Amino acid sequence: MFGDYSLGDLGSIFVMQGFAGLILFSVYVLMALGLAIIFGQMGVINMAHGEFMILGAYVTWMTSNLFQAYLPGLFSGYFFLAMILAFVASGALGMLVEWALIRHLYKRPLDTLLATWGLSLMLQQAYRSVFGAREVGVELPQWMLGSLHVTDSIEVPINGVFVMCLTVLITISVAYVMYKSRWGRQVRAVVQNRIMAGAVGINTEKVDRYTFGLGCGIAGIAGSAFTMIGSTGPTSGQLYIVDTFLVVVFGGAASLLGTIASAFSISQTQSTLEFFMSGSMAKVLTLLAVVGILMLRPQGLFALKVRK
Amino acid sequence: MSDEANKGLLSPLRRKLLMGMAAVPAITMLPRASFAQAPATSAVNTTGLAVTDTEVTVGILHSATGTMAISETGSIEAEKLAIEQINAMGGVLGRKIKFIQEDGASDWPTFAEKAKKLLVNDKVAAIMGCWTSASRKAVLPVMEQYNGMLYYPTFYEGLEQSKNVIYTGQEATQQILAGLNWIAKEKGAKSFFFIGSDYIWPRTSNKIARKHVENVLKGKVVGEEYYALGSTQFNSVINKIKLTKPDVIFTDVVGGSNVAFYKQLKAAGIDLAKQALLTISVTEDEIDGIGGENIAGAYACMKYFQSLDNPNNKTFVPAFKKMWGEKTVIGDVTQAAYLGPWLWKLTVEKAGSFDVDKIAAASPGVEFKGAPEGYVRIHENHHLWSKTRVGRAKLDGQFELIYETADLVEPDPFPKGYQ
Repeated sequence: MFGDYSLGDLGSIFVMQGFAGLILFSVYVLMALGLAIIFGQMGVINMAHGEFMILGAYVTWMTSNLFQAYLPGLFSGYFFLAMILAFVASGALGMLVEWALIRHLYKRPLDTLLATWGLSLMLQQAYRSVFGAREVGVELPQWMLGSLHVTDSIEVPINGVFVMCLTVLITISVAYVMYKSRWGRQVRAVVQNRIMAGAVGINTEKVDRYTFGLGCGIAGIAGSAFTMIGSTGPTSGQLYIVDTFLVVVFGGAASLLGTIASAFSISQTQSTLEFFMSGSMAKVLTLLAVVGILMLRPQGLFALKVRK
Repeated sequence: MSDEANKGLLSPLRRKLLMGMAAVPAITMLPRASFAQAPATSAVNTTGLAVTDTEVTVGILHSATGTMAISETGSIEAEKLAIEQINAMGGVLGRKIKFIQEDGASDWPTFAEKAKKLLVNDKVAAIMGCWTSASRKAVLPVMEQYNGMLYYPTFYEGLEQSKNVIYTGQEATQQILAGLNWIAKEKGAKSFFFIGSDYIWPRTSNKIARKHVENVLKGKVVGEEYYALGSTQFNSVINKIKLTKPDVIFTDVVGGSNVAFYKQLKAAGIDLAKQALLTISVTEDEIDGIGGENIAGAYACMKYFQSLDNPNNKTFVPAFKKMWGEKTVIGDVTQAAYLGPWLWKLTVEKAGSFDVDKIAAASPGVEFKGAPEGYVRIHENHHLWSKTRVGRAKLDGQFELIYETADLVEPDPFPKGYQ
């Protein structure tokens, strides 16, 4: 396969391919983090995760339109505000959903699957009615387009670098919140033993609501960031949901580190295989590998010992 | 049988009554829609379709919800516009067209169910509908069993022909071959990289394209890649494109993947002003989501662009925008969907009947001179003779016409040497 190419060519392609893998890794981590919190900490199977992401994307689209219309001078910086708004909007919707729907189903985890799937259909139709069935194009500021020119044949996409930085930032923040803050301790206490946590004075309902809101808010940020690399339409959220669950389940549901490790291994396998064979073949092999490993380790890569 | 007999007795009576009631407003307000000239219902409708003395019912069957709503919305809009225009001109055989719209919901069995409902319960005279090949394949047996008439708007992979379907979009050879010839001649292209979504249309199209590149153009296909529908990560294949340095990237990626593909292509520093890219799956509709800045410079090969400069199109585009909003764009399939009701009307008038068998028989040779794409004619095989055009995407999301075939291209759904 590589006989015809010069060493220089091959070298730069391997570097580029490395970047492609890292970008895919960041994308996976970003989309899985929110779900890892909700599924891992609360045991809620949130099938509407993709729709929370797309809410973030639509918020970004609206922000970009507002800036173009009223603040064209500040357009180059709108994306940061858009991400914050996306977090707030998706988080708020998440808390509302938790209050109205999810909290009644904590004792019936499989029913949350159906309920949130229904919710996802409702949200899709709501987006369609509000924003139209067609996809919308999110205009990006000039500096986020194009690529960094490293050498003649090595070019690094700027949006990829942006997603990577964002992922690192959000992962560190989440890790800090979950493992260092007082609130994170409460969340983990509730996960490990709800009754005891309540008995020592933790408001478990409130913790649940904020945890769900946080997970959805992070989904919103992810959706906002993905306007750079993907499509924004009523059903675009569906494109992410399978990969997201794959990453979370493979990683071991309750572990943040597991999610990261699993995103890394899946993305690297996928991106390497994609280079040597066709895209859909690569996906098949990746899924096969995941299924094989899950048969040997049903609890996922990293499993936390939780009292059942 | 007794049903038929009853109708035969009743309908002249009812017609007289209706004529009496309708005569006053008809004479004063609508001089052209004169009911006196309309042929008797019993003569134009011998199979019990939903045809009255003043109205004829057709069905519109597209996905207004679900994944495909993105694409099918434009088709629904175009069909409603055509029906409204035909009614404003006096309808078909003196009868106004009434439509019943059903939602296929992006689900193929639903399409089949709704088609059956339209044919059996509503007795529609024709159905304008379907978009994906999968939905058409689901509806086809229903159309054949209950003898309906379907006007199908999408460009598709060919390998099909039915008495009960008129294909108003292009089949694969019509769309692809002229474009490949053009780019090989114009750009001196020798090496091609194919990338498509992984389902029947891209695979069949690429098979045809590969045969043409290898056997006719004597070129080389340096890569052929498929990605699952909905894939959003194309960085690896973009690296492969960079490594193989093809003269032309030939793409038939669809749906949300399209957006991701072009955004990532641009981000990876592939400049479409320098790298030739020929797509058969991006219309003005798709560019709305992709963003003009991400795809400017790419070539698209199909039969219609909104920017076409001809008298028909110059009245069609403003009429469409007036009905559906200034910002709406019109892609190839939307235009093909617009042809459906018109071709049906012309065929009904040629046959002098709403009967499906007579329409199917009268279809070959029907020509529509008012088509926004210029001129079309129905072929013996129920596909359309049409021109193939190459356009270049501009920043504002429109295409600039670069090339069009001198003559109409013959539809060839079962191409010899390409299977």
